[in-house]
Amino acid sequence: MPIRQISKTTRRRVLHLAGGAAVAGALPVMTSRQANATPAMLTSAIRNVVGEAPVRNGKIKLDIPPLVENGNTVPMTVSVASPMTADDHVKSIHLFNEKNPQPNIGNFYLGPRAGRAQLSTRIRLADSQKVVAIAHLSDGSFWSATADVVVTLAACTDEVL
Amino acid sequence: MAAALISVPKKAKRGDVVEIKTLMSHIMETGYRRTAAGELVPRDIITSFTCRFNGEEIFRAEFFPAIAANPFLSFFTVASESGKFDFEWTGDKGFSETAAASIAVE
Repeated sequence: MPIRQISKTTRRRVLHLAGGAAVAGALPVMTSRQANATPAMLTSAIRNVVGEAPVRNGKIKLDIPPLVENGNTVPMTVSVASPMTADDHVKSIHLFNEKNPQPNIGNFYLGPRAGRAQLSTRIRLADSQKVVAIAHLSDGSFWSATADVVVTLAACTDEVL
Repeated sequence: MAAALISVPKKAKRGDVVEIKTLMSHIMETGYRRTAAGELVPRDIITSFTCRFNGEEIFRAEFFPAIAANPFLSFFTVASESGKFDFEWTGDKGFSETAAASIAVE
């Protein structure tokens, strides 16, 4: 009998602890949920840059790993096929994401002096999502590339302490 | 706290396209994270980076919270003449850092 009782209380305690742990585990999720950038925000962020101009696919290439373990630092490279002359060069490159709290990642301004229209940086991704790169050429045209990235450990919505 | 790492080739042939790499130590606090108490941690990021060569702007970037901590950037420029690259980072809470590197063009 005493043995049985011990096992009973242990079981109850175990369940209680498990319940507490579940609540504690659920809390950060609830407190850290943000209103993430929706595709509509992505579209409007892109419109803010390109205005009413048409955006075509091509010319720009987005190199980003399709599967990343850690969304806190995702290496990426953008390059644009351009001769980078005074008459025909890339004026700027803009990076966007679909589901971070903000749709913008960065804006980069270059010119014919760059010689090569390519840049690399490291970004944060809060979720598996689409990344969009847009190049603004000296003739006023806009070109885009998109890449889908699967993130196993999300960035920026975790707790600090 | 802040420290810059710069990589610029010391020497280049005239007309070569050279790669410039920069890294600035910075927390890049997004402003979207909360403490356990539920308070938002205020945003503290680098918002702007500029690279000048002999005083002329050759590359500029605007950063958003989606740029990872310790922002790394690599970009290219044509080695036209010997001179000095000046790098400048500015950001929230009055953050401002500069660095410089020289290149000899033959």
